[in-house]
Amino acid sequence: MREKTAATLRQAMEAAHLEDGMTISFHHHLRNGDFVLDMVLREAEAMGLKGLRVAASSVFPCHGRLARAAERGVVAGLDTNYMSGPVAAAVARGAFAEPVRFRTHGGRPRAIDAGELHIDAAFIAAPAVDPLGNLSGVEGPSACGSLGYAMADAAHADTVIAVTDHFLDHSPERISIDHGQVDVVVKVDRIGDPAGIVSGTTKVTRDPVGLVIAEYAARAIEAAGLLRDGFCFQTGAGGASLAAASFVRERMREQGVRGRFLLGGITGYFVDMLEEGLFEDIYDVQCFDLAAVRSIRENAHHHEISASDYASVGRKRCYVDDLGAVLLGATEIDLDFNVNVHTDSNGVIIGGSGGHSDAAAGAEMAIIVAPLLRARLPIVVDRVRTVSTPGRTVDALVTEYGAAVNPARPELAQRLRDFGLPVFEIAELRRKALAMAGEPVRAPQGEREVAVVEYRDGTIIDRIMA
Amino acid sequence: MRIAKPTVQPIVKPSMAGSLESNDCLVSLHPLAKEELREGEEVRVEVDSIVQIQFGAQIEATARDVLARFGLTRVLVRIQDKGALDCTLRARLEAAVLRAGGDDHEA
Repeated sequence: MREKTAATLRQAMEAAHLEDGMTISFHHHLRNGDFVLDMVLREAEAMGLKGLRVAASSVFPCHGRLARAAERGVVAGLDTNYMSGPVAAAVARGAFAEPVRFRTHGGRPRAIDAGELHIDAAFIAAPAVDPLGNLSGVEGPSACGSLGYAMADAAHADTVIAVTDHFLDHSPERISIDHGQVDVVVKVDRIGDPAGIVSGTTKVTRDPVGLVIAEYAARAIEAAGLLRDGFCFQTGAGGASLAAASFVRERMREQGVRGRFLLGGITGYFVDMLEEGLFEDIYDVQCFDLAAVRSIRENAHHHEISASDYASVGRKRCYVDDLGAVLLGATEIDLDFNVNVHTDSNGVIIGGSGGHSDAAAGAEMAIIVAPLLRARLPIVVDRVRTVSTPGRTVDALVTEYGAAVNPARPELAQRLRDFGLPVFEIAELRRKALAMAGEPVRAPQGEREVAVVEYRDGTIIDRIMA
Repeated sequence: MRIAKPTVQPIVKPSMAGSLESNDCLVSLHPLAKEELREGEEVRVEVDSIVQIQFGAQIEATARDVLARFGLTRVLVRIQDKGALDCTLRARLEAAVLRAGGDDHEA
């Protein structure tokens, strides 16, 4: 009998022959409830490892240990698509020896598939593992649904270590990662806190401004002629995005439109639309709540997909290419429609692209939804502090005052006007905001490069200074 | 902004107006004894804003302007700002001034 179960995490890590400077990877489906990244770094420090590179698909406030590991030299580099919390603050302090490399949800698997991001050991938080070593996200006390972001890691890492807290004595209802890709399995007490796994908003907003924006966004989609059979749709999980989805849902019901798929991070709201028959399928790279986890376990039309199939340009096609419309957020958008979702108005890192630039590039109509002013700061600026998503892939901005359409899409602007939507030049929206708020003083920019922003095709499109 | 010709009121008690909700601010006024003020200082303004870098100076200027319109001196103004527009800030400042004026009715 061949055995691939290690008795302890330390034994599993020793089996991977980790050395100083190697790259270890993690996925973020356990979101702000993840224990695995921190427990591996604790062990790495105990083993005396130095200068590791962490390739984590996203980093959350629960990952304080990563900040400490950087300060102690255990970790030198970070490669991620999104970060918030103490690690973002540590990056700004210069705790990482090397500038952080920001990628996108599609760019990361593209880089892994292409061999640009080589992973020595992948640590896969696995909610359930069967006797053969197949991994499943849909069972166990830390069930998180899709394991889409871990699939490229599992396919290409030199050593794949599954970290689980739940052994199955049967085959799971859904196999996320095939046993043939898994080298070592180790059981720990808990891989995550289910309360933190379900993070982010999953309720439709009741904020009146958010509702106006949402209704305009839904009408813009209709005006563009996209609400027809075969429509493919993605939104973020924010309250305003969900409100827009609820308006889209009403229109689809009224007009008897049947869409093809819903995509992205999936919430219970999307599950309801699938179950109502408004869409044929859901393609799910990550579940945002337990309703989505239940659905992906039970519904054959709720499909688990890899991040590569979701959004990688290295694939001949990916799902974002078929999107009719996507609704996306912004901390800033500039007169050329470039969007910033990496830094706030003080230049502090507050997020990252995630799938923002992927979905914008793929969708027929990429709509940025945002209030004209947020905490007195105009959403439209002369030049964004950080380019996360290039303006050439952004079609429209929708605010509570109306829309601004990318000048490259004059026919779209005309359609919106014909539909009775208020349409402005983007500079006009900026002037409106400044008239209300006054001219903000621009925060000074730092002089040390702390991060680079890699676009989904591998080109560096901006640098973050602190 | 034009406000009704204000009567000059002495600050006789601490007062507050506003809230800590997004896009609002919480203004509080405290009477200061003469010896608590520095040489040449008539009012003291403390601003703690989530947009301090971008609007801190404008917020302080608005506070000084409103106090001057009421002819108030020997007062400490604390502003905890959550991104209020200038019109909101002025309304909160005026309400706090009227509430500090010694009348028991709500201004």
